[in-house]
Amino acid sequence: MKTEKMHKWLVILLGLVVSLAWLYPFVLIFINSFKTRREIFTNTLFWPEELTFENYPRAYDDLDYTRSFMNSLMITVASIIVIVLFSSMAAYALSRYPGKMSSVIYFICAITMLIPFQSLMIPLVSLFGRFDMLNRVGLTFMNLGFGSSMSIFLYFGALRSVPKSLDEAAILDGANPFQIFWRVVFPLLKPTTVTVIILNSIRIWNDYLLPSLVINKDGMYTIPLQMYYFFGQYTTQWELALAGLVLAIIPIILLYMFLQKHIIQGITEGATK
Amino acid sequence: MKRKNEKYFYWAFLFPCILAVSLVIFIPLLYGIYTSFTDSDGYNMAFIGLENYSRLLSDNQFLHSLWFTIRFAIVSVIGVNVIGLGMALLVTQRTGKLSNIFRTIFFMPNLVGGIILGFIWQFILVKAFTGIAQITGISFFSGWLADTTTGFWGLVIVFLWQMSGYIMIIYISFLNSIPADINEAAAIDGASSWQTFWRIKLPMLAPAFTISLFLTLANAFKVYDQNLALTNGAPFGSTEMVAMNIYNTAFFQYQQGYAQAKGIVYLLLVAAISLTQVYYTRKREIDL
Repeated sequence: MKTEKMHKWLVILLGLVVSLAWLYPFVLIFINSFKTRREIFTNTLFWPEELTFENYPRAYDDLDYTRSFMNSLMITVASIIVIVLFSSMAAYALSRYPGKMSSVIYFICAITMLIPFQSLMIPLVSLFGRFDMLNRVGLTFMNLGFGSSMSIFLYFGALRSVPKSLDEAAILDGANPFQIFWRVVFPLLKPTTVTVIILNSIRIWNDYLLPSLVINKDGMYTIPLQMYYFFGQYTTQWELALAGLVLAIIPIILLYMFLQKHIIQGITEGATK
Repeated sequence: MKRKNEKYFYWAFLFPCILAVSLVIFIPLLYGIYTSFTDSDGYNMAFIGLENYSRLLSDNQFLHSLWFTIRFAIVSVIGVNVIGLGMALLVTQRTGKLSNIFRTIFFMPNLVGGIILGFIWQFILVKAFTGIAQITGISFFSGWLADTTTGFWGLVIVFLWQMSGYIMIIYISFLNSIPADINEAAAIDGASSWQTFWRIKLPMLAPAFTISLFLTLANAFKVYDQNLALTNGAPFGSTEMVAMNIYNTAFFQYQQGYAQAKGIVYLLLVAAISLTQVYYTRKREIDL
């Protein structure tokens, strides 16, 4: 009994130590963003002696925060809508009409997930550039291309547990496949839709390289892009750079606090499929 | 009539995704294979056969990047899996609410993008470490990211910090799926928790290892954002990983044909690693 209690305390102690190590970088960024430039150099590790809030308004303006936040949000939402819409439909077709053709398409989807982005980016940019598609519409379309395979897999797996008798009953009622899918089947896939939304949102919201190649224009920058240029400009002015970093992280941390359970569950499903 | 109708709906449902995957992945891939046999600079291209590929063999910067990436991947895969499994074991002990809080904290860095993570750690490794060095006088903490060795370990630290929590999630889901009565039976037989771990949990985690190794390996080979934000290849391109080397060749040196040849070699390498992994998984599943 005694060893069991000791074991428990040991586990808690270890957990606290690792948690501290994992949180400390965030904490350091946060407390230093309230210091003056001079104090960041003289006192990097501890609580500020003299609190200043001046870094934030300046970083907010220089990051063009409202606009880059809206740009990120717009790209993410638009991409998610097309991914959910089209990958669920594709998965439905593959699962309801099995056969040689469906197996081939499924297999091709699996292969695309092995291809690293760097092997595609040069021809991708040059082809889309030729058709004047290096813009937000093009980016949304590319996000669909890069996001659909995984989303199709997730929907395909979920569709296995949706009985076909449901479809058949609806056919007898005279519904066509579009109506059956959207009215009867899609609502049953809600948990998977949540997973698909979470996994794709994290990827698209944080993506740097693809948007940097496709929408690299002032006024269109997403948060990671804006952060990159902002940081390059301010590495000698750490107080502004740090306030900027905090501003960039805050939306993600807030969302994580509210949706923690869903996010962790979604990641589990996405990874173990 | 009905069959024809079905076919129409089948293709209508598949069409948007097939179009997107073709235009975004397959056509660029085919065009890329062609580009790798040309001297394209982004505007003009002429067919030069295998010249790009033979040039690769004597490109010291590329070979250095490749070796750097392989070493990075080996160290990272071991580190991430040891820490991730350790975290999973830790939060699956019965410590009530605390274990949930631990899990939340361990996973958090994974939600932050690579660019931002890289910048955070640039501050920690350069500024905060210097602060520690000044206070303690330990020279280990000074001069980080200024040379190749600390650049390498800096990249490893960022990767461990980001990926361990993700891999932890996978191990947790497999640990939770081990039937409780097996653990109980072991406890009744008088097995210590150490013995339970080595003899029962570890063997039953085999499929979790496969998934985790695959994911860490693939991710380690694809690192770009963290590399860009943390070291940007400095000093003198010595911490430049393969992904960055391809990018720089294409968009700073404007040698797109040559960069694409690198991209194809990179693709084959990543695919070979992934397929080997799948092969061994299958084999082991049969052995079991």
